[in-house]
Amino acid sequence: MSKHTFSIGGVHPHDSKISRDCSIQPLPLPPTVYLSLSQHIGAPSKPIVEVGDKVKVGQPVAEPGGFVSAFIHSSVSGTVKSIGSRKDLAGNPQMCIEIAVEGDEWAEGIDTTDTLITAIPEDNKAIIEKIRLGGVVGLGGATFPTHVKLSPPPGSKCERVIINGCECEPYLTSDFRVLLEKGEQVVVGAAILAQVMGNVPCTIAIEENKPEAIAHIKEVIVKLGYKGIEVMPMKMRYPQGGEKQLIDAVMHRQVGSGALPISEGAVVQNVGTAIAVYDAVQKNKPLIDNTVTITGECFPRQANLLVRVGTPLQYILDYLGGIPEEAAKVISGGPMMGKAVSNLEAATLKGTGALLLLTEKQTLRAPESNCIRCGKCADACPMGLEPFRLNRLAKANDLEELENNSVQDCIECGCCLYSCPAHIQLLDNIRLAKAAVLGAIRARAAAAKAAQDAKK
Amino acid sequence: MSKLIVSPNPHIHSKDSTRSLMLDVVIALVPAVICSVVFYGWMELLVMAVSVGSCLLLEWAITRFMLKKNSTIGDLSAVVTGILLALNLPYNTPWWVVFVGAVVAIGVAKMTFGGIGQNIWNPALVGRVFLLVSFPTYMTGRWAAPQGLFGADAVSGATPLGVIQEGLMKGSTVQELTSSFDYKDLLFANLGGSAGEVCALALLAGFIYLCVRKVIKPWITLSIFGTVALVSLIFWGIDPSRFTDPLFNLLTGGLILGACFMATDYVTSPMSLWGGVVFGVGIGFLTMMIRYFGSYPEGVSFAILIMNSVVPLLDRWFKQKKFGRK
Repeated sequence: MSKHTFSIGGVHPHDSKISRDCSIQPLPLPPTVYLSLSQHIGAPSKPIVEVGDKVKVGQPVAEPGGFVSAFIHSSVSGTVKSIGSRKDLAGNPQMCIEIAVEGDEWAEGIDTTDTLITAIPEDNKAIIEKIRLGGVVGLGGATFPTHVKLSPPPGSKCERVIINGCECEPYLTSDFRVLLEKGEQVVVGAAILAQVMGNVPCTIAIEENKPEAIAHIKEVIVKLGYKGIEVMPMKMRYPQGGEKQLIDAVMHRQVGSGALPISEGAVVQNVGTAIAVYDAVQKNKPLIDNTVTITGECFPRQANLLVRVGTPLQYILDYLGGIPEEAAKVISGGPMMGKAVSNLEAATLKGTGALLLLTEKQTLRAPESNCIRCGKCADACPMGLEPFRLNRLAKANDLEELENNSVQDCIECGCCLYSCPAHIQLLDNIRLAKAAVLGAIRARAAAAKAAQDAKK
Repeated sequence: MSKLIVSPNPHIHSKDSTRSLMLDVVIALVPAVICSVVFYGWMELLVMAVSVGSCLLLEWAITRFMLKKNSTIGDLSAVVTGILLALNLPYNTPWWVVFVGAVVAIGVAKMTFGGIGQNIWNPALVGRVFLLVSFPTYMTGRWAAPQGLFGADAVSGATPLGVIQEGLMKGSTVQELTSSFDYKDLLFANLGGSAGEVCALALLAGFIYLCVRKVIKPWITLSIFGTVALVSLIFWGIDPSRFTDPLFNLLTGGLILGACFMATDYVTSPMSLWGGVVFGVGIGFLTMMIRYFGSYPEGVSFAILIMNSVVPLLDRWFKQKKFGRK
């Protein structure tokens, strides 16, 4: 059994990977797609098409709206119907480009064949530019624009690229299927990332509950003859795929509070991102589709589907037979960190990795009772925080003490609430407190900057 | 599906609940309960029934009629308190004394502070100590002729620690006094004592069960045992005629019951590893000081209650190392 894992906290929910044997199938094209202009962290993109324009698959339809932002490409061919506000999966209005699908015509220059291209371009700047033009963002959850992550600030040096294939959330199987079915592309993508970061070694981290994937990727590395890439089997533990936790597990280094992974010499990219990088660099194919797991015990047709970005959730679920009667909650993502969907008319984003359906019994929270001071939340917290104390301070709204107790380090993984035997809504309260403290910290920084500017 | 439930993450929950944890503690106490009933007979069962029954009744009545809230007896913590209180009493305690103990344990030590999770001191121990200082005649020295089930070898007389204390006052040496005990008897329930003191092995089995089920962590208990062994080793090494030896101290006076089940109570013990170790060392040290130099023959209850008072401080001083912070 592997001993590689992070050093503080963590929980081990039942992994429930019931869709692990469903191979990746393409989802038929929907009649309409809705491309949100805020599919990434950072500034929303700016549309560069107009209503009535004809677009092809892979043609850019929006450009970055700032430094931390990304291109968005049409995932289908057809006509731009509207550009306007539309409700996202939580019901919040977002600017979207609506495209009516007509046929499936791809933009020129995109290699749509299955041929594996292993020869990596030599010019790193050109590679990063291709990644930028391909609209690639991190698909592990945060959807941070990849080209920004690959351009570390001057003075910092990358020592290792880590490809995150942990998939530590229960139920999710898309990364597993990708590793199994597109292992070659993942490895070439990893090689590209390692080269861009200065020919550094690369570790592909995969949890032990995916032995087939571990064996397959090892074979592929030998077959393709990469020396600097290794597979590291990880002990099963959530949240292993958290960026800071994974760096701790692989490199035994802890990224400081508020610091970036590069400060400890690490760059972490998800398996899905590695595929997107491969597609963008080797095939000129921008990020227009991704693998989505659709699962849940109450859902009869589990699947791992290749879905075009912007497909309405309802369309995906209807394709698989609709939502069963007993399903009470639809989650975009995994059960630990995913977001509950209130609006099934919303469309998928680049970062949508799963749709999970849970019954009321599986997801209903028990009523809260008194804290019995068992300390299970503190044992579970992967950041070494004391959720019971933060919860108490949050109720007292003591921002100063909350900051002293590092509430701003919370990664919102949900381990505390998951493990609390008194069913106290720890994370709910802590999340609000964290937002308030981060606001206070930002306000303080802004005030300090203003004071400094005034002196000049 | 008519409406979708929307709530923040996480969307699943572990199977643990306060009730399941308390149930584990009850299960862990079963061997000790069986052992004490076999040894002391049906009288012990009566004490147990009165204790558990009154704890449940009192908590139900207080939440229902005084606090006007939903009853919390479903979490089984009152059952744990009841069993622990009974295990801390002699088998022939009159039922009304047991009831008074339950009133103090549940009514005063637990519910006054706000019910489960809010009390500063271990309720069962507060009840026990209240009875000890209020009804010393019922609580000590009445260990005459228990009627064990199945003809178990019953022993009459004071508790081993009581024998030592009295004997030392009369001028005997420890060697003379301890020679009358066979340590094997201490392990297998054969000496006078309150119910929970009588079978070390049954209690240790329960403790191991709790550790394996990850209900409690062993460090508090182990640091108590370690400290008691170390302190008595030093004193015994200096003067074996005045001070009892380590093994004797580990096996007598409810130390195992206290260390395994009372000191490890979530509510009244520190949460962090090092806080727990300091807590355990404090209990072990105070226990030995009371046993060697105090006026009571037995000191575990007082030691635990004293250290309970320090827990908020220990929780402040000892914290887990935070990720990525020095």
